[in-house]
Amino acid sequence: MRDTAAVEAAVADTHRRDWARVLTATVRVARDLDLAEECVQEAYVSALGSWVDAGIPANPAAWLTATAKRRAVDAIRRQASARSRLPLLVMTAAAAGDAAGDDPPEPDESGAAIPDERLRLIFTCCHPALSQEAQIALTLRLVCGLPVPDIARAFLVSDATMAARLTRAKKKIATARIPYRVPGPADLPERVRGVLAVIYLLFTTGHTASSGAALVRGELVDRAMHLARMLRELMADDTEVAGLYALLLVTDARRATRTGPDGGLTRLADQDRSRWDRDALAEAHDVIVGCLRAGAPGRYALQAAIASLYAEAPSYDQTDWRQIIALYDRLLEVWPSPVVALNRAVPLAMVRGPAAALAEVEELQRAGRLAGYHYLPAIKADLLNRIGRAEDAAAAYRQAFDLAANEAERAFLAEQIAEHP
Amino acid sequence: MAQYAVLIYAHDSAHAPNATPQDLQTCDQHSDDLADSGTMIAAYALTPRDMATSIRGDVITDGPFVDSKEVVAGFYVVEAPDLDAALAIARTNPVVTSGGGVEVRPVHSSFVRSAAGAAG
Repeated sequence: MRDTAAVEAAVADTHRRDWARVLTATVRVARDLDLAEECVQEAYVSALGSWVDAGIPANPAAWLTATAKRRAVDAIRRQASARSRLPLLVMTAAAAGDAAGDDPPEPDESGAAIPDERLRLIFTCCHPALSQEAQIALTLRLVCGLPVPDIARAFLVSDATMAARLTRAKKKIATARIPYRVPGPADLPERVRGVLAVIYLLFTTGHTASSGAALVRGELVDRAMHLARMLRELMADDTEVAGLYALLLVTDARRATRTGPDGGLTRLADQDRSRWDRDALAEAHDVIVGCLRAGAPGRYALQAAIASLYAEAPSYDQTDWRQIIALYDRLLEVWPSPVVALNRAVPLAMVRGPAAALAEVEELQRAGRLAGYHYLPAIKADLLNRIGRAEDAAAAYRQAFDLAANEAERAFLAEQIAEHP
Repeated sequence: MAQYAVLIYAHDSAHAPNATPQDLQTCDQHSDDLADSGTMIAAYALTPRDMATSIRGDVITDGPFVDSKEVVAGFYVVEAPDLDAALAIARTNPVVTSGGGVEVRPVHSSFVRSAAGAAG
């Protein structure tokens, strides 16, 4: 008898690594995302049994692809007449290929090499004609292969709600004929921004769960990292893709120290820097330098540069605050967001003093665009404390506590209220 | 090729009964362009919201069905290979950059009585 545990590990491994490739190969045959997904899912399930009996194949991904494609061909043949009346996925002739087609990429009419099929899948899942909620769900299900119940749990909705969201999105792709294609040069920058927004949102949802007990929802963070790495591999020349990858690397490098042993939040200033992932920080540093050298860095590259500069300092007090403010100023030029302006108050307090920073925060508060954002009163409270206005600080902490939804953050703020009565 | 309806949403329709050719110049120019390019297969410009009459249940009321800042000012049908192509056509509508917008909907089926039978 074979080792069931070894087979389960092999299936889990190839699921993580090869799902998207197996799916895209199956889409060529099925010309329908729903059918392809079903066939790939079945192929993975049947691998669990077959590999125990026959041994793990030398090339698991090839075995899975062949199995899933065969199921798709069978399904099409079986239901030739009864098959769903939804139109077939809109794809270029080169992308559709034939049932046997595993041809190497060939140049298309514009002379460029045909991009990896996973890119087509990613751009289809993140098409702006779909709601962002649907884009996220589709990306997790189709590109990452995450099971529907896991996606539902991550976004705090029922399995039925998530399944309905996915079904509706797939139906719209077929009916409205959202093309299974990498957008042309004219639309590409805007569409890449959409894809990056989905990955970043996945990461932040996992990193600081907006509600619920666990501060780090590891699964989502891992999937976001996996997607960012995949996209970087597929679009090596795009500096914003590189910038997002670096940003996730830097942020995730501090994952182990963001929460204490009791699950409570630890401030950046108090985090144990020796436990940060130095390899990840070094890799991010190289990527960021590449982005900045390429010129005109975008939002993600600049955010990554700021996060990296924070992380590179030997201690919180030795942070290069002036350089960080300069990067924030450039960030505000490409992304004039009040959240960015608020975050800039932190280094500003270190260079020009807490009173000057407080004045800027209060101005942001008056502008009103950050109403309901709990970080504003939290940052304000810290600044008030530092200039000795303890009573006002306590009021601001209470305000932040009332607005925060994450339990680790609420516990941290409750601690601040207790410390500064 | 698939058919997509493009619904024009604007504060109101420019096509008032007493509209001058000048009032309609932007709209008509765009319509002519689409017709010339061969992508448009049908188009209807509607009169302003004041001309609308709505029926809900057995109640008849004056005005558009949905009480909103914008009304459907007109609609047309284009042929396009996929949604991206349809969106590319729809976003050239001048209303998009003048405070209104368009909604693109795949057509399921259609009927137009042949012109020969229409009353003149």
